[in-house]
Amino acid sequence: MKYDAQDCILVSKKQLTSTVYDFRLKNQHLAEITKPGQFVQVLVPGKTLRRPISVCDVEDDIIRIVFEVRGDGTRIMSEMNVNDKVNIIAPLGRGFDIDKEKKTIFIGGGIGVPPMLYSARQAGKNAVVINGFRNKDAVILSEDFEKYVSRLIITTDDGSCGIHGFVTQPLEDEIHTAEMICACGPLPMLKNIAKMAKEHGVPCYVSLEQRMACGIGACLGCAVAVKRSDNETFFQHVCKDGPVFNAEEVDW
Amino acid sequence: MANLGVDIAGVHFNNPIIAASGTIGFGHEYSEFYPLSVLGGISCKGTTLKERPGNPPPRIAETPMGMLNAVGLQNPGVEHFIKNDLEWLKQQNTVIIANVAGSTQEDYCKMAEILSDTDIDMIELNISCPNVKEGGVQFGTSCESVGTITKAVRKYCQKPLIIKLSPNVADIAEIAKAAESEGADAVSLINTLTGMRIDIHTRKPIIKNITGGMSGPAVFPVAVRMVYQVKNAVSIPVIGMGGISTWEDAVEMMMAGADAIQIGTVLFHDPYAPIKIADGLNQYLDNHHMTSVTELTKSVIV
Ligand SMILES: Cc1cc2nc3c(=O)[nH]c(=O)nc-3n(C[C@H](O)[C@H](O)[C@H](O)COP(=O)(O)OP(=O)(O)OC[C@H]3O[C@@H](n4cnc5c(N)ncnc54)[C@H](O)[C@@H]3O)c2cc1C
Ligand SMILES: Cc1cc2nc3c(=O)[nH]c(=O)nc-3n(C[C@H](O)[C@H](O)[C@H](O)COP(=O)(O)O)c2cc1C
Ligand code: FES
Repeated sequence: MKYDAQDCILVSKKQLTSTVYDFRLKNQHLAEITKPGQFVQVLVPGKTLRRPISVCDVEDDIIRIVFEVRGDGTRIMSEMNVNDKVNIIAPLGRGFDIDKEKKTIFIGGGIGVPPMLYSARQAGKNAVVINGFRNKDAVILSEDFEKYVSRLIITTDDGSCGIHGFVTQPLEDEIHTAEMICACGPLPMLKNIAKMAKEHGVPCYVSLEQRMACGIGACLGCAVAVKRSDNETFFQHVCKDGPVFNAEEVDW
Repeated sequence: MANLGVDIAGVHFNNPIIAASGTIGFGHEYSEFYPLSVLGGISCKGTTLKERPGNPPPRIAETPMGMLNAVGLQNPGVEHFIKNDLEWLKQQNTVIIANVAGSTQEDYCKMAEILSDTDIDMIELNISCPNVKEGGVQFGTSCESVGTITKAVRKYCQKPLIIKLSPNVADIAEIAKAAESEGADAVSLINTLTGMRIDIHTRKPIIKNITGGMSGPAVFPVAVRMVYQVKNAVSIPVIGMGGISTWEDAVEMMMAGADAIQIGTVLFHDPYAPIKIADGLNQYLDNHHMTSVTELTKSVIV
């Protein structure tokens, strides 16, 4: 079985910032088959469509997700309680192909930070993590990253924590020795990273978002434009072909 | 256990629950959840003569108790379907309905001719897609155009022919009659209702195509009404759909006049819905001492 719709038990719920929540969902079977960079589709009571949320980490029989309240669906999710059943379809999509032997830079922007945790963990001491946030109040998961990786660099837009500026600033220094870049975050950030990676000839993989219905590749709702080798663009689907794409193939 | 089997235009379905076109692709992805034989049938993704790229994203927007889509008939073309999907589908022990779309009448006829030479069980003519610039719904909105295209396709179609009706019309019963009189073996309804959403922060339509087709629970009462009106107007079988999410909805749709039902949007919410609906139907029939699901059809008391 590649994926299934199953109930999980919400075994722990933490509020990380005024709008960001950290859920641990217990389901042994689904946790066992989940890989870095994949996502889950969360059933939200009263909503027609499920909400796609990335896997932040897997700990034994636990799938951990970290999400920000953006609208009604994520607000309802934030009101779920410990011991509640949460139905998810998981694991979905193709994640990052991590090579432990290669120096890999993991870059997360804002709510794009959580999916980098499980991925960076795989690369361990060869991982350099750059996490960018608006300000110090938005900074999340630093202790978790420090547990797994040797280097964590924080940037904030207003300089209230770590480096003052965008993630691309420390990337300038690190990119010369990088063998691979993995990134998730706002589109303009990904676009800039992709450009730098191309200039330096470093393979770059980005995790993209799109509005979804089925989450498994059946409805063709979550299209993203990619370039064929002959430079023709065509549509692939974030839920099945992604969410991770080779930055060179994305039609920015 | 009551008998859930139904016969539509000479084709036997093990149960009246059919997956709606465009929501289940060609079945592969949902077969991870259960064998497709739990479905009475599957209506495949709308297929055209040549590959179609579909509309630019975003293609999806949620609405209160429903959704909009403007996929724009992205599909790999009929030959690809025949080569890559059909043989596998034939082994799934469910009725295979090819959902056919085109830009011209000739396209529809050619498709019917090609598919008549294959192992599919039925053809569903999609003359009601609101998300493509040409073709689709332009054939489906007047009695004349529906009659003309049904008559033309009928000549080339050796398979049972279902005409899928658009709800975006003044009088759907008249349209159904036009299809029946030109040789349709059954009608299916409703396709999506044209809708629109705007992001108030960016002032932009959420869907790139601006408008999309609305489906899901919100359209259910409209669909029940239309199925009721159509069943009263024609004597060919009626396949009812639009917002069915529970076994109770399925019972209601059949009472309104459906001989079989299709379910689409609910699959996104709960992939296991077909199994739950079949179980619920069975229970209901047992509780009411009915031996066959066909007893439900048009059993509304007015
Ligand atoms: C593969 C993937 C992984 C994601 N991982 C995370 C994560 O780890 N943490 C996190 O906080 N968020 C993540 N998101 C974004 C998250 O799905 C949206 O913030 C969420 O769906 C918003 O739902 P809502 O009801 O609160 O907002 P509303 O705006 O009310 O939602 C309305 C509809 O639009 C959809 N929608 C709105 N924004 C987005 C978006 N950015 N991407 C996709 N669909 C959207 C919703 O799913 C819903 O169908 C991810 C998105 C994708 C596609
Ligand atoms: C994402 C999506 C794609 C669809 N694509 C098609 C299609 O290709 N051909 C077609 O005849 N109907 C298509 N439909 C319409 C459905 O088959 C069905 O008529 C409609 O969604 C109402 O049923 P529901 O509320 O159960 O989804 C599509 C619907 C959705 C949601
Ligand atoms: S959400 Fe259905 S194909 Fe991706």
